[in-house]
Amino acid sequence: MQRCGVIICRYSTVYDPNEKTFDKILIANRGEIACRVIKTCKKMGIKTVAVHSDVDSSAVHVKMADEAVCVGPAPTSKSYLNMDAIMNAIKQTGAQAVHPGYGFLSENKEFAKRLEAEGVTFIGPDTHAIQAMGDKIESKLIAKAAKVNTIPGFDGVVKDAEEAVKIAGEIGYPVMIKASAGGGGKGMRIAWNDEETREGFRFSSQEAASSFGDDRLLIEKFIDNPRHIEIQVLADKHGNALWLNERECSIQRRNQKVVEEAPSTFLDPDTRRAMGEQAVSLAKAVKYSSAGTVEFLVDTKKNFYFLEMNTRLQVEHPITECITGLDLVQQMILIAKGYKLQQKQSDIPINGWAIESRVYAEDPYKSFGLPSIGRLSQYQEPLDLPNVRVDSGIQEGSDISIYYDPMISKLVTYGKTREEALKKMEEALDNYVIRGVTHNIPLLREIIVHPRFVSGDISTKFLPEVYPDGFKGHMLTAGERRELLATAAALYVAAQLRSQKFLGDLRVSIVPAESRQWELCVELDQGVHMLGVSRSGNNYTVSKIVQNITSHFKLRVLSKLAAYLSKHMPEKIPEDTSSILRSPMPGSVVAVSVKPGDNVAEGQEICVIEAMKMQNSMTAAKTAKVKSVHCKAGDTVGEGDLLVELE
Amino acid sequence: MNDKQHFSERHNRPRAVTLTLLSVARALCYSVSHLSVQERIEKKRKAALTGGGQLRIAAQHKRGKLTARERLELLLDPDSFVEYDMFVEHRCSDFGMEADHNKYPGDSVVTGQGRINGRLVYVFSQDFTVFGGSLSGAHAQKVCKIMDQAMMVGAPVIGLNDSGGARIQEGVESLAGYADIFLRNVMASGVVPQISLIMGPCAGGAVYSPALTDFTFMVKDTSYLFITGPDVVKSVTNEDVTQEELGGAKTHTTVSGVAHRAFENDIDALLNLRDFFNFLPLSNKDPAPVTECHDPRDRLVPGLDTIVPFESTKAYDMLDIVHGIVDEREFFEIMPNYAKNIVVGFARMNGRTVGIVGNQPKVASGCLDINSSVKGARFVRFCDAFNIPIITFVDVPGFLPGTAQEYGGIIRHGAKLLYAFAEATVPKITVITRKAYGGAYDVMSSKHLRGDVNYAWPSAEVAVMGAKGAVQIIFRGKENQAEAEAEYVEKFANPFPAAVRGFVDDIIQPSTTRKRICRDLEVLASKKQTNPWKKHANIPL
Repeated sequence: MQRCGVIICRYSTVYDPNEKTFDKILIANRGEIACRVIKTCKKMGIKTVAVHSDVDSSAVHVKMADEAVCVGPAPTSKSYLNMDAIMNAIKQTGAQAVHPGYGFLSENKEFAKRLEAEGVTFIGPDTHAIQAMGDKIESKLIAKAAKVNTIPGFDGVVKDAEEAVKIAGEIGYPVMIKASAGGGGKGMRIAWNDEETREGFRFSSQEAASSFGDDRLLIEKFIDNPRHIEIQVLADKHGNALWLNERECSIQRRNQKVVEEAPSTFLDPDTRRAMGEQAVSLAKAVKYSSAGTVEFLVDTKKNFYFLEMNTRLQVEHPITECITGLDLVQQMILIAKGYKLQQKQSDIPINGWAIESRVYAEDPYKSFGLPSIGRLSQYQEPLDLPNVRVDSGIQEGSDISIYYDPMISKLVTYGKTREEALKKMEEALDNYVIRGVTHNIPLLREIIVHPRFVSGDISTKFLPEVYPDGFKGHMLTAGERRELLATAAALYVAAQLRSQKFLGDLRVSIVPAESRQWELCVELDQGVHMLGVSRSGNNYTVSKIVQNITSHFKLRVLSKLAAYLSKHMPEKIPEDTSSILRSPMPGSVVAVSVKPGDNVAEGQEICVIEAMKMQNSMTAAKTAKVKSVHCKAGDTVGEGDLLVELE
Repeated sequence: MNDKQHFSERHNRPRAVTLTLLSVARALCYSVSHLSVQERIEKKRKAALTGGGQLRIAAQHKRGKLTARERLELLLDPDSFVEYDMFVEHRCSDFGMEADHNKYPGDSVVTGQGRINGRLVYVFSQDFTVFGGSLSGAHAQKVCKIMDQAMMVGAPVIGLNDSGGARIQEGVESLAGYADIFLRNVMASGVVPQISLIMGPCAGGAVYSPALTDFTFMVKDTSYLFITGPDVVKSVTNEDVTQEELGGAKTHTTVSGVAHRAFENDIDALLNLRDFFNFLPLSNKDPAPVTECHDPRDRLVPGLDTIVPFESTKAYDMLDIVHGIVDEREFFEIMPNYAKNIVVGFARMNGRTVGIVGNQPKVASGCLDINSSVKGARFVRFCDAFNIPIITFVDVPGFLPGTAQEYGGIIRHGAKLLYAFAEATVPKITVITRKAYGGAYDVMSSKHLRGDVNYAWPSAEVAVMGAKGAVQIIFRGKENQAEAEAEYVEKFANPFPAAVRGFVDDIIQPSTTRKRICRDLEVLASKKQTNPWKKHANIPL
């Protein structure tokens, strides 16, 4: 049997031309994941159909696909979630199968059913598995039945404080008492002993009664400082299932993963095997077929508890591909066509180490990342470096819009060891060029060199613990500071020298400023640094005159004179922002709850801005009367746009 | 003042020498008076350097303003300033002005020449610490002197304005002084670049000097320009208005269009002015400057291939195109906050200064209206006067309709832009990025107005109007409008009708635009074109 293999960046698509799958696949997604699926399809000789919204008509995934169909206007509910339009696109193009990617319709059983009815293959598990794993309670029951560790707890309603203490004793401390009708942290208490349990029960039931009008409480084990570790599984339609090792995804903000790695520094082979076997038994219990992910919380003592199962290709699948060498998309397509898994569990290796950084169009200085939008005026991926994989669906000139996820790319680096992979990640982040939008590379760069991360001492609370006051940017070391100052001074001098260079014939001679020495003041945030640059022949020397230590990197270089005279410049009085409400980010106005003349109390909601799946409630900074309203529901607003003025 | 009294005592001393010791006295007299002149020179120089004295300098600093000399020091290259007329004093003898303590060497302005990045420039800097920078006959005479020399030599004039107005004590002499400067502003117009930087008050007749210069820049919060101040406004029209609202930087850069740009403070303004100066030729006899360029002339700009949205009703930012194409994304925009539906400013292509004009689809669909036509026309004429090639990016749906525009005279104001493009003889390169509809197509540096190289992007649509409107006229009352519209789009909503007639020279891939323009500019550098002899043309003002 003749097989041809393509190895690109640590995963191989071993394509056997005799292994017939599909002639044409439609990818019901956009961005990097659509591109990722198309890449494998191309290698397998499968024709591809892209769907897109009108604003995405020149997107990369559209260009990469053999055919493209517009499925509606920009909002996802009218395009990428528009099942009718996508069904039409399938009919129109004659696609035999659909790969849903992640998000959008990937875990929508309705969609899977409609495809089945039309005789189109859904590249993913069958509807039964989607439904079973989509329901929190049902999935937990199934998991329990399949002997998967679940978070110990009392599934009924707790009668009184004494019963609570009794149950807590059975589960083992610490426990979490939470409202049955709860949500948003209300009516939730953590108790470490009997006394706290009694107290917590009382408070929680009061809070639950006043918040939800329902004082029923539940108790479950509280997992302190957990890690988020997940197991990739692969199962075929013939009852075979494999676990492809774990992914460590503890670095999160607002429940969204930021940096992932495979394998985890924390798991020993026994724990790994135990987790893998439980994941496989869960997959088998729901007759799972395709690639799926079983998520676990792991406590400090390596106890692990089932969280949920994602019945789709996961965003962070590339790191698993890196260490196992498998092409998960190809495996999904083969499984969907009905092929048996070729590998046995013993064939699944852990080769080296892979790290993934999610590069987002976000401002990391605002609560670890508020969306930013714009046009990528310059964009260059660090692909010239070896062992670097970048999964992206954008290019120079692409727009990051308010309609979709602000992810720019997934940057994956690989090494024989973790150290090597991390080193490579540092290099790759430093060589990544993104201009036009604010991005989170400064945060990523800080995480991967942080001593706690480097030593593997992480949990889902890593970011809030390491940066309790929010991310403030890199703190310069003394050496870096000197380097930065010298670079700034050198650039200033270079620019000065260059601006004195004119080419061609000039009637009036140019008299170059006779500088052989520059005395400069570099403003680095609050600090002012005196630097001297001297020139002798073509050698330039930067020397530091006085030192004054502070941090941050707003650099401004002035001549000594300009810096000296700066003290006379008037101080700009910042706008009184308490009476002005500006949009903190680009987005669309969902609702405006005030009109001119209304009296609002401090903290009262004024309007809601939605951007990239996030709704932000904008509140009044003081009690006042509304002077004017500058937006209405449905408006698109930019960062800093005036929304409402108070008196 | 003490210093001055001291002078006169010294001066009187030789007269006390008796005649009996003639020979001794002669020798003594000679040496004393010699010393005395030297000393007087030194004293006068020292006095000139301190202007209105330390107290007034402190007051100036307290207002957040620099002194006239500090400003020049920042504007010019180190040690390059050569001062003229340091010893000139005012000649007024009324109202006690003749008193010694009312005389300041140099009077209320510092004048001279210097270098900015090595290139010659004539400067005057009004000194608010001396009589509030008010304009005396002597002050005007000093300004006129450097303007005359600037014209003879062929070098730009930069004025730093900070003056309370006319020297009232001098009456008509002060008015005459203004007129002398106005005349020179007009004579120098189109001969050497003239730039005004308003760094304090500039009121009454004085405003017309900046108005006559090529560019007027302002400093935010500390500079004002108005014909009459808030008090007079109140008494005449009963309007309540603050100085800032009436004539501050914001007003003039966003509402009136009197000023071309505003800067944060004195230092920011002066440093920006240095950068701006590097774009300009020294005079109308000099070519536009060429600087060392580190941006490859044949750089492709892939982002431009996707910048124009498929839907012709969707906006995009013309500045993205400009930034992508010019050297190192450096664009010095002129009037960035006024008539934003047209973008004008200076940039470089392969080191060569160019003027950029572009319709801005993001604002009012990029239509031409009164303000944008006037803004564009003045910029184009400046470029033409000073040998700066013009690159025009066209995406224009037409002239803005409506009574406001018609009553405001869009016909004659629109004609200014048409006139300016038509008469310009500098190299003219035009790129139609999308819409070029109707008369506005003709206006925007079309082939018909002697465009040297006219390109269309594949997304270009050159037509009399959009498909919908056109079909309603051509097929009035007919059925099947949709079909007709499709036919019209097929025929006209593309670059071919213009290309087959040679009205565009080529249809180019957007990503290659920089490369093409750089190459064309090299070819066109030796372009020679003249207009028929005339005393002067008659632009529809």
